[in-house]
Amino acid sequence: MNALHGTRDLVRLILRVDRVRLPAWMAGVTLFLLGSVASFPAAYDTAAERQARAALMDNPATVILTGPGYGREDYTYGAMVANEMGGMTAALVALMSVLLVVRHTRHEEERGRAELVRAAVVGRHAPLAAALLTVFAADVVLGLVLGLGLPVVLPELSVGGSLLFAAGLSAVGVVFAALAGVTAQLMEHGRAASGLAAALLAAAYALRGAGDLGDGTLSWLSPIGWAQRTRSYVDGRWWPLSLALVLTALLVVTAFLLRSRRDEGAGLVRGRPGRATAAPWLSGPFALALRLRRGPLTGWTVGFVLFGAFVGAIAEQAAEFAADNELAQRMLAQNGQAGSAETVLATYLGLMALVSTGFALQSVAALRAEETTGRLDPLLGGSPLSRGGWMLSNLAVTLVGSGTVLGSGGLSAGLVHATNSGEPWEAARLTLAALAHLPAVWVLAGLAAALFGVLPAAGGLGWLVLAGSVFVGMFGPLLRLPDWVADLSPFTHTPMLPTGDPHPVSLLALTAVAALLTTVGVLAFRRRDTA
Amino acid sequence: MTRPTAIAVSGLTKNFGTTRALDGLDLTVRSGEVHGFLGPNGAGKTTTIRILLGLLRADGGRTRLLDGHPWHDATELHRRVAYVPGDVTLWPGLSGGEVIDLLGRLRGGIDPARKEELLEKFALDPRKKARSYSKGNRQKVGLIAALASEAELLVLDEPTSGLDPLMEETFRECVRRQQREGRTVLLSSHVLSEVEALCDRVTIVREGSTIESGSLSELRHLTRVSVSAELARVPTGLDELPGVHDLELDGTELRCEVDTPALDGLLRRLTEAGVRGLTSQPPSLEELFLRHYDHGPLDTSHRGAAR
Repeated sequence: MNALHGTRDLVRLILRVDRVRLPAWMAGVTLFLLGSVASFPAAYDTAAERQARAALMDNPATVILTGPGYGREDYTYGAMVANEMGGMTAALVALMSVLLVVRHTRHEEERGRAELVRAAVVGRHAPLAAALLTVFAADVVLGLVLGLGLPVVLPELSVGGSLLFAAGLSAVGVVFAALAGVTAQLMEHGRAASGLAAALLAAAYALRGAGDLGDGTLSWLSPIGWAQRTRSYVDGRWWPLSLALVLTALLVVTAFLLRSRRDEGAGLVRGRPGRATAAPWLSGPFALALRLRRGPLTGWTVGFVLFGAFVGAIAEQAAEFAADNELAQRMLAQNGQAGSAETVLATYLGLMALVSTGFALQSVAALRAEETTGRLDPLLGGSPLSRGGWMLSNLAVTLVGSGTVLGSGGLSAGLVHATNSGEPWEAARLTLAALAHLPAVWVLAGLAAALFGVLPAAGGLGWLVLAGSVFVGMFGPLLRLPDWVADLSPFTHTPMLPTGDPHPVSLLALTAVAALLTTVGVLAFRRRDTA
Repeated sequence: MTRPTAIAVSGLTKNFGTTRALDGLDLTVRSGEVHGFLGPNGAGKTTTIRILLGLLRADGGRTRLLDGHPWHDATELHRRVAYVPGDVTLWPGLSGGEVIDLLGRLRGGIDPARKEELLEKFALDPRKKARSYSKGNRQKVGLIAALASEAELLVLDEPTSGLDPLMEETFRECVRRQQREGRTVLLSSHVLSEVEALCDRVTIVREGSTIESGSLSELRHLTRVSVSAELARVPTGLDELPGVHDLELDGTELRCEVDTPALDGLLRRLTEAGVRGLTSQPPSLEELFLRHYDHGPLDTSHRGAAR
């Protein structure tokens, strides 16, 4: 039997199973890129404003975060798109490709569904081939949509340049799809397979960051670097993408070779065994909650340390830029004097608080997951753990954890800013300034907790409120929304430190609201049936 | 009744929306016994157990668990109760050993020697992460955590699903030992041989209410015995005997089913014809069961006899 027999049917199966997920990913990436690009003319109306922005692109933090910053001498919209959007969008396309490939290879095997498929008249290599083909096709289609969409949302962009830029994004996606095809053979579990591929993606991003900061040699070792070396819209070189094709071919061959050397369900790397006994500290509901949230908490904290370092590094230069940009002034005006680094920092810390609420809501959502998966039953039904004790332990981890995430962002921004400005106390000041937003984060966590108790099926509403708060926070000043709309967001009531007044009364009020919502949630959960 | 009651449920009702899950269910479990809880899928066994554990609130009826109220006194009662669900789900990132220790510590400590012994008996590798355990191995984690707990009441909801026959035997040994140590076990199960081997008394439920309850021999007594005999002469008048069913007569060979109270009359008639060989079999639990699981009108006459 042909080892690829049945590939076509499996492609159809993937398209059927992911008929929502696949278009949703592509729409998300498209919205991210085209939406951002569409806003460029409003922010950088004149060539002078664009040139001011180009100066900001010289900052080492910006170079690491975005790209090599070519074409700065004549900073057109095209150069702006390529430099400022290229790296991030490429990483997003790569992430989409990794998750989709692992989802249809290793995850299927782990859940045992692949066995059912393989028992039918399906060749050994068909599942991997189907997953790779589908994701390659998705990357190419996404590239076409982006390449043709860019000149539509911003007519100043050339069609040729846009297609090259988008082809670079597709190429990065295809390379990482093939890489995920390899990691899916190595690791026994889907999470480990996508985790390894994502770590290699992060490494590729960091490698090109280091290269762009130096003489550029290291960037040639990174697929994301190759996409950026096309110098789309400025020089327009297609040839760096041939490197991506060669690497993809090598990775695909490797993946199929590895696949034929291993058993169904087995990985080439054996999973590490866990502990035979629980660590002494793993005792009681709080320790369990902490143990279960440890992974996400670490991830969020690392992310916020990096985010904070970036904010601290660009604060002074961004303040100079803002002094000349009308839109930036309007954004910053409510937080203090535009043109001062402290105002920029206050604005960014407010943004951090909104983002860190994601961790809090994710943590509270885990309560519902514990309940619906049935893991809660032995805890509440077979041990002397009370409902209130279980819920409050988990919420305590959420409250302390969100403080850790937000505080580490503030501390990191503060340390970098203190080094730049030579004022060591900035580190402590900015940490406290970040933590001043914590009561608002707690209000949303409390709202999610109340929903968990009263209306567990409607737990998603918390995210909707967060989205509304982000909207009010980001676009409120631009759209000149009425005050009462802005007042609906708890983040409107936290002080914009270090520039604003500390408003201790509103902080106490927000904390009281959070406590009240949490109490409602716990009382309601104590009275209701568990799922 | 001389022994105290571990579980006393009467007239229990529970609705989910418009569906009536429990409709006046009764269940009495005496202290120190292994009680079988039987019924077809959807009969309300798991719902009853989840009410007993304080996970669901009863809509009506009286429920006592170890002389406490399962909902109001849940936390206090659970010091004395261990539970294994039919489908044990675990935290994917924790190893089996970690989960067993953790659940033990939530109860206030675990006897390490007992845990080691159970790990060995059930041949479970405690170092594996839960996400790589098979269904049977997840079930073992739940069983070891419960059996090591020294709780006075074990609530087991189809605990052996996914276990191999060897492990089922290990499970039976453990339950017998629990009973010798004076513990009470409520065992919901579909494995009839398991119930037959372990249980002192059983309760059979269907569509949310109890249809039979008693010791296995009591239940057997209520049903028919199958008799086959080889006779010297062709017997007569058997058709007119009350309580004889499904009579098959092939010359001098006879097979029939007979209601237990009518057994005496049948035998007298058979001796008259001269008995060469005789076997009589009490109904297996399986037959007992099929009778109740079947949606036929069959059991109405029996219910009259049972009360």
